[in-house]
Amino acid sequence: MDIDALAGCLSSSACLVTQTTSGLIIGMLLFLVAVGLTLIFGVLKVVNFSHGAFYMFGAYFAMTAYQLTGSFTLAMLAGATGTAILGLVFERVFMSRVYGADVLMQLLVCYAFVLIFDDVVRIIWGPEFKSMGMPSAFQVMPLFIAGGVVPPYYLLLIGVALLAAIVLGIGLSRSRIGKVIRAAAHNPGMVSALGINTGLIYGGVFALGGMLAGLAGALAAPVRSLTPGMGFSVLIESFIVTVIGGMGSILGALIGALLLGLIRSFGSLGFPLFTEGLMYLFMVIVLVSKPTGLFGKEAA
Amino acid sequence: MTRTRMPGISRRSTLALMGAGTMSVAAPWVARAQAKTIKIGMPTILSGRVAQLGTSSRNAVMLEIEKVNAAGGLAGRQIEMVIRDSKGQPQEAARVARELVNTDGCELMIDAEASSGAFAVHEVARDLGVFCIHTNSETSALTADPKQHIPNAFRTARQGVHDSIVGGSYAAAIAKAKGLKKWATCSPDYAYGRDTTAEFTLYLKRFAPDVEIISESWPKLFQPDYTEVVTKILQAKPQALYSCLWGGDLTSYIDQANIYAMFGQMEVFAVNMADYTALTVVKNLPKGIHSGNRYIKTFPTTPENAAWGDAYKAKFNEYPTNWSWENATAIMLMAEAAKKANSADGKKIAEVLKGLTIKCPFGADGTVTMRGDDHTLVGYAIGWGTTIPQEPYVPEVKAGDWKTIFELEAEWKKSKGYT
Repeated sequence: MDIDALAGCLSSSACLVTQTTSGLIIGMLLFLVAVGLTLIFGVLKVVNFSHGAFYMFGAYFAMTAYQLTGSFTLAMLAGATGTAILGLVFERVFMSRVYGADVLMQLLVCYAFVLIFDDVVRIIWGPEFKSMGMPSAFQVMPLFIAGGVVPPYYLLLIGVALLAAIVLGIGLSRSRIGKVIRAAAHNPGMVSALGINTGLIYGGVFALGGMLAGLAGALAAPVRSLTPGMGFSVLIESFIVTVIGGMGSILGALIGALLLGLIRSFGSLGFPLFTEGLMYLFMVIVLVSKPTGLFGKEAA
Repeated sequence: MTRTRMPGISRRSTLALMGAGTMSVAAPWVARAQAKTIKIGMPTILSGRVAQLGTSSRNAVMLEIEKVNAAGGLAGRQIEMVIRDSKGQPQEAARVARELVNTDGCELMIDAEASSGAFAVHEVARDLGVFCIHTNSETSALTADPKQHIPNAFRTARQGVHDSIVGGSYAAAIAKAKGLKKWATCSPDYAYGRDTTAEFTLYLKRFAPDVEIISESWPKLFQPDYTEVVTKILQAKPQALYSCLWGGDLTSYIDQANIYAMFGQMEVFAVNMADYTALTVVKNLPKGIHSGNRYIKTFPTTPENAAWGDAYKAKFNEYPTNWSWENATAIMLMAEAAKKANSADGKKIAEVLKGLTIKCPFGADGTVTMRGDDHTLVGYAIGWGTTIPQEPYVPEVKAGDWKTIFELEAEWKKSKGYT
């Protein structure tokens, strides 16, 4: 425990800026993965244990597109659209068959696909770790804001994730499709009776969730090494985010992810040997005080 | 058109019948060959972020086994390798090791695990009494600590304390020349990371007593994101950084530290940088990172070493790694010991192996020795230098002096209560 270091940081604007942006970066990437998880759970009532695989595929699709075209924009698009298509196919072909089954069956199917997807990546891209490399446009000196260090690439990353959060929030609350999705989450039978194709909605939600995780993977690809199985550790932290924020709540996922990012960022200064433990401790406190999570709704 | 498929029988059945026919003809030969075959089990990491190192261990072993088999095998018995993936998990490594001996009938073991798994496999070797060479674990305690000592286990990996003595002396010289007094460390949070960092700082401070460690970071093994670690180090404003991160962890760390322009703000000493695995994967390798030699075909600068590196590359289309030479050395030593013992029996090989010196492309003077008293490899080429982003990657390596290593290692063992 190094409380002096933490106190010193909190009283220094340079340290505050650096550590806060560091927390936002970690949080925003986590949010993109966790929001898909929470969205799929909210609408489909399925805990998608294989969600980390979409993060992994997003990173690999982006790396391949970048190697082929040299375009960072196309790499991001490939990561997002590739995983959206994958999510749609996965939901229509496999997951749609286990909606009525019990939770154990759903978990088993998802876990099976965690292993299958890892092996697919191993077969296509090989078992060794890969690096996409930072696009030359971002190989620049970091910005110094109030004495704190902020890399331009991370500003882009935070911006894209924030934009995704706003579009998703407004889209779900204001647009017609958003209202239908929310209605399907609440009463799928009634939505179906009104002549709306719920299968299409379910597939769409899965594709959207996959796309967001894929976008997170694509954004992470220039700074994280790519390897089969890379989605698993992200998935665990995403579950913590959804438990803290409340399963099914998008705002909860955002707040939960940001809190977790800040805990990691400032915790590494004050509690360097207990940073991981702090995340779980916070989750336990939330669970004890509010079992449905910070923004979760009580079951009717 | 000729049809080989019988009407009414599927293509798959036809193939199965053809296969069975072939087998029945070949079976007596297979059986005869199997009677003379000796199986060597090898748990290693073939998936996950370290897979490339595990694969390179397997490649190096197969390269050497081919030579041994071509020369008549291990005391006349052809070697069959049984190689299994432990996924980098210690419990899986122990399970696989046990299964290799008990179910697959392996008589000898090459433990190509990282330190996290090697200690688990070591306990299996202790329990089953199977001959075992640890090829990748560099944690000094594995062979230095007498509590770990068993007569049937050896190590051909470089040892953390050797690296630290050479690295500490090299880093101290630079620290004195450039006035680097404030240091930070960042190493993986497990046995290898903790031990090696403690040993490096011990010798750094011994050779440069003014040095002060002002910040320590211990990211967990295979952590995906190091942002908070990078920013923590930046806040501490050290003049130099030591790290023993390795493989994909090291390349991730470099990518993430690069965008904070960290490498321009401090001298970086990353003991595991100068390995082709990391050197060829990092797209924007900063110039001037100080590193220990891992495997590099230009050090030792001998035709034998260069030829071995080229032969490996010709066969596997990539350069060998640190784990490759450590595994190749295990097979070279095992083969020589079996030849001298005129037996493939583990106990007899173990007896001969103690204190055995062989000619080896990776030796500092063209030879390596399996030290008798603690069953660990000595005399291998060891040195430090600075990296450049293209071949030969480490143009000049300052070689360590084994006489100094032995003296300081003996002191270190005493201070730890090992002797």
